Amino acid sequence: MADPSGAGPLLSVRGLTKHFPLTRGVVFQRTIGHVRAVDGIDFDLDPGETLGLVGESGCGKSTAARLLLRLIEPTSGEVRYRGEDLTGMSPRELRQMRRNVQIIFQDPYASLDPRMTVGSIIAEGWEIHPEVMPRGRRKEEVGNLLERVGLERAHADRFPHQFSGGQRQRIGIARALALRPEVLILDEPVSALDVSVQAQVINLLEELQAEYGFAAVFIAHDLSVVRHISDRVAVMYLGKIVEIGDSEAIYERPTHPYTQALLSAVPSADPTVERTTRIRLEGDVPSPASPPSGCSFRTRCWKADERCAAEEPELVDRGGHGHPSACHYAEPADVLGVRRLGS
Amino acid sequence: MSAPDPSSLGGQQSAAEATHGEDVAEGASLWGEAWRDLRRNPFFVLPVLVIAVLTVMAIWPQLFTDLVPRSCDLSRSADPPEAGHWFGFDRQGCDLYTRVVYSTRASLLIGLTVTLGAFAIALVLGSLSGYYGRWLDAVLGRIADVFFGIPLVIGAIVLLTAVVDRGVWQVSAVLTLLAWPPMFRLMRSTVLSARESDYVQAARALGAGNARVIIRHVIPNSIAPVIAYATVFMGVIIGAEATLTFLGAGLQLPALSWGVLLSSPPPRELLNTPHLLLFPSLFVSLTVLSFVLAGDTLRDALDPKLR
Repeated sequence: MADPSGAGPLLSVRGLTKHFPLTRGVVFQRTIGHVRAVDGIDFDLDPGETLGLVGESGCGKSTAARLLLRLIEPTSGEVRYRGEDLTGMSPRELRQMRRNVQIIFQDPYASLDPRMTVGSIIAEGWEIHPEVMPRGRRKEEVGNLLERVGLERAHADRFPHQFSGGQRQRIGIARALALRPEVLILDEPVSALDVSVQAQVINLLEELQAEYGFAAVFIAHDLSVVRHISDRVAVMYLGKIVEIGDSEAIYERPTHPYTQALLSAVPSADPTVERTTRIRLEGDVPSPASPPSGCSFRTRCWKADERCAAEEPELVDRGGHGHPSACHYAEPADVLGVRRLGS
Repeated sequence: MSAPDPSSLGGQQSAAEATHGEDVAEGASLWGEAWRDLRRNPFFVLPVLVIAVLTVMAIWPQLFTDLVPRSCDLSRSADPPEAGHWFGFDRQGCDLYTRVVYSTRASLLIGLTVTLGAFAIALVLGSLSGYYGRWLDAVLGRIADVFFGIPLVIGAIVLLTAVVDRGVWQVSAVLTLLAWPPMFRLMRSTVLSARESDYVQAARALGAGNARVIIRHVIPNSIAPVIAYATVFMGVIIGAEATLTFLGAGLQLPALSWGVLLSSPPPRELLNTPHLLLFPSLFVSLTVLSFVLAGDTLRDALDPKLR
């Protein structure tokens, strides 16, 4: 819409950083440190593709999601939407951009205004951007959207607390789709839902993506959820991307020890196979307020040596594995290598 | 994922009759559900009936008595209750029941004025302070601290004794000035939590500006506890007015309020004429209790966490 040529990536992220200041004092606050929630991430998102963003709790995924929409101000770095830098946009330009980039939140119980009807929640985007939908057609279109996400037209007059978690997440999806966005940020959209409902919502998102053609950044803490839906996957650890590549490359030939550890923890759905290797990570994630020197993963890594403590590994492709990995000793390991039971 | 019970929508029509929030008419809103609960709760219904009767009494006192408060017979000074004069007579020989009925107006009017004034201050300043934060919050917060630090009754005595001509409006203004900080703080804190919520983030992600976010999302979601508190607050202020007047710093004769009635008999005569104190203070207590009870049940009904 903004750039009809459509060349180049939709979203382009460079050096995106968010450090939250740690302050002390009530009236005269002084800064005693910074939490490095997001610490310089780079990636591109092409039209129509799905990028999975995976990492443990607290690694900065949700902060990254909010930075992509400039819901919070980045400390440094830039987010370009069709070549235009969000961080330098005026409020008016930002408003136009937001029409095209929408977000779905993790907690469907918190993300819908409890005092608004479902109909007015879904139609709110049209009140802010009246040019998207003429007033006379809004009621009709709210009904269409509700049906499209698997609810009923009559639900438009109800309130969010009358719905289950899965139904509420569908309402959140309808709200985001009402503006026909080109990019959808999905911030752990199913992790608050029952397992039985998770699959339904993911399938719905896939159908909708095929129908509407939006690009998506799918954030999750679970590699198995992302595998199903992503074209490419980025793995985050302590505010940094440690490995990024095509889905197949990440799942079949992971080269970063952290990715390998995450993958080895994914349970297998096939009872006749048994994992030959299982990597158990020792210890906890270090505090993002005082990350380790050098490689931030070295405190839990079995490969770590002096070099890892001294030198921070760049996110580059070492040794021609076909995708970049932020590890000095990146090499593929067959973590999904399995042994047939009884053979 | 079964659909909500359709019978839950049966309450819609009756809920729509409630005069609360604007969203009541469409389905079972939080206000609508609160109303459904409240009208079955005797601890809400009874106080509200008392308040309704008192309100009518304040507006049309002549409906409750045939006598006028200022036609008095000095020969009946401080006579005890008797048939036809159930509350007895005050020291000027006026029918005490009539005096109490005619006093309702000033007491309720001060309560209402101060509550509305403090509510307006809390709504505007609390929203701005909680939403924008930073230096604005620091400045408003410290100003509130200053007024919060002054005890209500003592501060009012000091300020009001400086006012020569003390009427309903002067007393209301002083009480508003001294009593707004707690309500402001409550509003600020509920706004603060609403501001951080995902639905506010979602509205901003849709492109909503600050004005829209505050008016459509933040205020509707933070006002319920403040309304409940304001109801309790009204009772407290009515009590404070009676206290101030009793201490000689509130309304003055010939004005009539429950505080004026309480302050008129000299203390040394109280043992002989207890009815002079009993009936006005009964009205004060009943009114304060009604507002406090109504506010309390209202708060519980509006709290989504208790549902």
